[in-house]
Amino acid sequence: MASPANLILNGGRAALVAAVVVMAATPWLFSATHVVLLTEFMSMLVLAIMWNLLAGYADIVTVGQHAYVGVGAYAFFGFAALWGVNPYLSILLAGIVAFAIAVPTMLLVFRLRTAYLAIGTWVVAELLMLAAGKLSAWGGGSGTSVPISIILYFGRARDVRLATIYWLAFGLAASAMSVTYFLLRSRIGIGLTAMRDNEEGAAAIGVNITFARILCFLGTAPFLGMAGAIITLQKLRVAPPASFSITDWTVLIIFNVVIGGIGSFEGPIIGTIVYFVLRQYLADLGAWHLIILGTVSIAVILIEKRGLWGLVRRLLGDDLIPIAHKPSAMLTKQHTG
Amino acid sequence: MLELASLSRAFGGLVVINRVDFKVDAGEIVGILGPNGAGKTTLFNLIGGVLPPSSGRILFEGKDITAMRPWHRCRLGIGRTYQIPKPFTHMSVFENVLAAAMHGGNMTLTSAKAEAERVLARVGLAHRARLPAGRLGLLDMKQLELAKAVALRPRLLLLDEIAGGLTEAECDVLLGTIRELHGSGITIVWIEHVIQALRRVVTRLAVLSGGSFIAAGRPDQVLADRRVKEAYIGT
Ligand SMILES: Nc1ncnc2c1ncn2[C@@H]1O[C@H](COP(=O)(O)OP(=O)(O)OP(=O)(O)O)[C@@H](O)[C@H]1O
Ligand SMILES: [Mg+2]
Repeated sequence: MASPANLILNGGRAALVAAVVVMAATPWLFSATHVVLLTEFMSMLVLAIMWNLLAGYADIVTVGQHAYVGVGAYAFFGFAALWGVNPYLSILLAGIVAFAIAVPTMLLVFRLRTAYLAIGTWVVAELLMLAAGKLSAWGGGSGTSVPISIILYFGRARDVRLATIYWLAFGLAASAMSVTYFLLRSRIGIGLTAMRDNEEGAAAIGVNITFARILCFLGTAPFLGMAGAIITLQKLRVAPPASFSITDWTVLIIFNVVIGGIGSFEGPIIGTIVYFVLRQYLADLGAWHLIILGTVSIAVILIEKRGLWGLVRRLLGDDLIPIAHKPSAMLTKQHTG
Repeated sequence: MLELASLSRAFGGLVVINRVDFKVDAGEIVGILGPNGAGKTTLFNLIGGVLPPSSGRILFEGKDITAMRPWHRCRLGIGRTYQIPKPFTHMSVFENVLAAAMHGGNMTLTSAKAEAERVLARVGLAHRARLPAGRLGLLDMKQLELAKAVALRPRLLLLDEIAGGLTEAECDVLLGTIRELHGSGITIVWIEHVIQALRRVVTRLAVLSGGSFIAAGRPDQVLADRRVKEAYIGT
């Protein structure tokens, strides 16, 4: 039926498809400034999707996700700049190194729950940052710039280079979204969604909680690592406090996901959009923009735990991106009334 | 089928289950009665693996499952409902049951969908299939608990107070469903305060009081037992 809610939902879906098409063509459509901004948007989106999967579904409330971004950045620099590996391949390898770091971290951190787990992830991230500061080939505590030869590898002309880096970020964000979509539609994803709503209840219907947690923790690491590599291409530098920035790669991401809607597919996307829109207006405020975002996210949580999307979804009654499985039309028709 | 051997559980100093020895044979419908706080739900939590016992062992079909995680027990064939329902509030009623059929029931998406529709029709929730489970009333939520447990295709089904608050007609329907499930080969253990409902279907009645079974046997015999009457009058 063409109820107003359905019209809005279908309009939203059409807008979404249009947005994806426009995003795929960004370098041909927009100025260099906007391409740079949208590259940053795509990287932030990847981080938001991953944090949401961990904290929103698998109940792994990590405040150490910047560890994998930093590890990815340092691994990328190592492969590409120090060991002469092909720069594209180095991005992939950055993901693999992040995965390799996630395995022992998981063995350590999964012994802890809730607040202790959060502290554990943070401590691991800080240790990794301190260790990165000891790597003299990476410039030690003050870091170093990405060599010109590697920058030029992604395009001799500036706009070609910006376009290439943009498409890398876009590709990563698109695959993060598709992987999450298919994961959530799968058997394991249905279990994850059940865990999100009631963990004990999920265990009681046979959802293997431990396996789901391991899968999410290890599955997000390569995405975070590759995001770290791409972020390095944007910043053209590695340095411990910047590459392992808790503010940029964890705290800000938490705010965005909470504002957009934790535990939903749409939440991190909406949160990241809201952040970039707000930032255009709050840019002059410097460090204040973090304080304002934090305050907004607390306000949102108090009004609706599931963020802006939770609020809108209640009115619309369905998801924008159809993750949920529906019964056949027959069932509800036969038994109404 | 199920064997509890000298099973105990204490919370701090409070012993809630006290050296319980109990057996359930395949094909039985065992009713469990007992005053509030007797430890009935705790017993299910131990069997389901939500709580570890302080001591003792649990065997299912001859296999020691004492240290097994809840989801493994579920996949072995132990399904349960919760006295306080645990719905997946933001998923639809349909998806709640689908999740159970796919995980505990180990079905593919296609057969799990068919199973979920069948089970929802059976417990009378088909017309609510698209509703978020969190919006159900308490009685419907209890039916959803039953639907989820049935979709697991369990061999042993543990029911914790699912008849409270039903009208007589609704209760008859529920008893019909339970007989049907039993007829399809499921062994049932049912905790219930509604004695009249229990005695109509159970093959055996057991009374838990103060963490131990004080009587077990044919329903009329058990209900006539002096100690059982005392336990109930005492509350
Ligand atoms: N997780 C827990 N922590 C501490 N005490 C608990 C816990 N679970 C149960 N208890 C205590 O154990 C005792 C038995 O509780 P239980 O829920 O098993 O009783 P019950 O027989 O199911 O009662 P009812 O008929 O009211 O459902 C109660 O005194 C209760 O407070
Ligand atoms: Mg109880």
